[in-house]
Amino acid sequence: MSVLLIAEHNNKELRPFTYNAVSAASKIDEDLHILVLGNKSEEVAKSASEIPNVKKVIHIDNEIYENFIAENYTSAIIKHADAYSHIVCSANTFGKNLMPRIAALLDTSQVSDIIKVISADTFLRPIYAGNAFATVKSNDKKKCITIRPTSFEPAPASGGSAEIVKSEAGEAFKNSKFVKREEIKSDRPELGTARIVISGGRGMQNSENFKLISAIADKLNAAIGASRAAVDAGYITNDHQVGQTGKVVVPDLYIAVGISGAIQHLAGMKESKIIVAINKDGEAPIFSVADYGLEADLFEALPQFLEELNKLNTIQK
Amino acid sequence: MKILVAVKRVIDYNVQVRVKEDGTGVVTDNVKMSTNPPDDNAVEEAVKIKESGKAKEIVAITIGEEKAQETVRKALAVGADRGIHVKVDGVVEPLAVSKILQKIVDKEKPDLVFMGKQAIDDDCNQTGQMLAALLSWPQATFASKINVKDSSLEVTREVDEGLETIEVNIPAIVTCDLRLNEPRYASLPNIMKAKKKPLEQINASDLGVDTKARIEQIKVEEPPKRKAGIKVANVTELVQKLKNEAKVI
Repeated sequence: MSVLLIAEHNNKELRPFTYNAVSAASKIDEDLHILVLGNKSEEVAKSASEIPNVKKVIHIDNEIYENFIAENYTSAIIKHADAYSHIVCSANTFGKNLMPRIAALLDTSQVSDIIKVISADTFLRPIYAGNAFATVKSNDKKKCITIRPTSFEPAPASGGSAEIVKSEAGEAFKNSKFVKREEIKSDRPELGTARIVISGGRGMQNSENFKLISAIADKLNAAIGASRAAVDAGYITNDHQVGQTGKVVVPDLYIAVGISGAIQHLAGMKESKIIVAINKDGEAPIFSVADYGLEADLFEALPQFLEELNKLNTIQK
Repeated sequence: MKILVAVKRVIDYNVQVRVKEDGTGVVTDNVKMSTNPPDDNAVEEAVKIKESGKAKEIVAITIGEEKAQETVRKALAVGADRGIHVKVDGVVEPLAVSKILQKIVDKEKPDLVFMGKQAIDDDCNQTGQMLAALLSWPQATFASKINVKDSSLEVTREVDEGLETIEVNIPAIVTCDLRLNEPRYASLPNIMKAKKKPLEQINASDLGVDTKARIEQIKVEEPPKRKAGIKVANVTELVQKLKNEAKVI
């Protein structure tokens, strides 16, 4: 048995969730290899080789891998698949887009979004927006698995020195072409890995009012999240959405402001360690998952909250 | 141009799902069922493309038990021209669904196949990508905007970092995000008309696709419950609790 993990990166560095996926993958089997497909991505391969749990890095460098088109990735991965019992990657938009294309060509029924490795063939995964947990056993010879990154601790980034083996590119897929990426740059921590997340919902009323949220996020060094309603209404961009079809976050502290708490939103945050809800509707479902609920008008509560935080002198960064 | 749209019947998104006591699944008896929400967006987008004159025919397809037909009827009521129901009982995994769809694509020869990016019951997010692989077609997943060109689509995709735009040559698969459009409601006259639109029924077994599950569901259980929290009286109390009790700030 060996596991092949497909690295997610930006050609310069590994994306943080790759480290979480490494932890999960090495629970399946210790013989863990990482495949880095990129363009001018030597640094990425080097970083992958420094992760202590990794036994070998396969590095394929070609311009066709510059923009992570799943169709291009797939042919290269399939060429290496024979040697592995498991092919895994993170269950974020990268892995969700990629893994089923590999699984179908290997005639494997994929196990998506696992939150626990029970054994090499048995996994725990949430279904129905996390309202039920299913224990599932894959009976396919080769297993294709995506890993919910926030359910696993990140693996250490240094201490290892795995060998890096170069390999040839696969065929380029002619019918898909990358056009552009509009990345939203931010100095704040990433939503998926932040220790504190503060999210706004429909109750924020407009994008201007999200400044009340950003002021607190700045103070707490928190990431900013949002409900689907707030994104749909155009208050904030889609990369902030937390929920069943957005991002799943598990911070130490999640502060939900003006969010009623639809099932679909709860699916993305209810595993957070401490949940705070600020909402003027005392009956809002968000209070049912909140450790601390404050029934208040957010337009009064948020400025007070900031003021109280300013009074504290021991804010942890 | 011809568009095939796949729709799935699932427990309605507003229903609080309950786990069966024997751990074999979730309660579906007397539970409201609906079309998987992003599948409604897929239908809506196909109808909009047809209304713009760029598509001639929309075929709606569902795979599942007898009652799954309701989802096709709903698609017909908002503008699909005809329907296909591939009848199969029990759980059909995305791999088998994509193999069935492949057979239908071989027969119907659509230029585009649309479906939701994820079903809200099993949360797998696989079928569109698998079908694209089996057909060797391009895949435009998590689409929040589609621009139909002469022989290609320009698709804006919702990805973790923001938005990404790709161009895929037709024929192509598109999986739709909830933000792609606002699905319309069917009017009563259109619901009546939809009853007369053709709906072909095919048995999955006649397509020669093995639908046997590859993944064994060992048990389904309730997720761990959060312990009940408290209401605080004001912001000062909240900050004190977060600092001294929860110790998170």
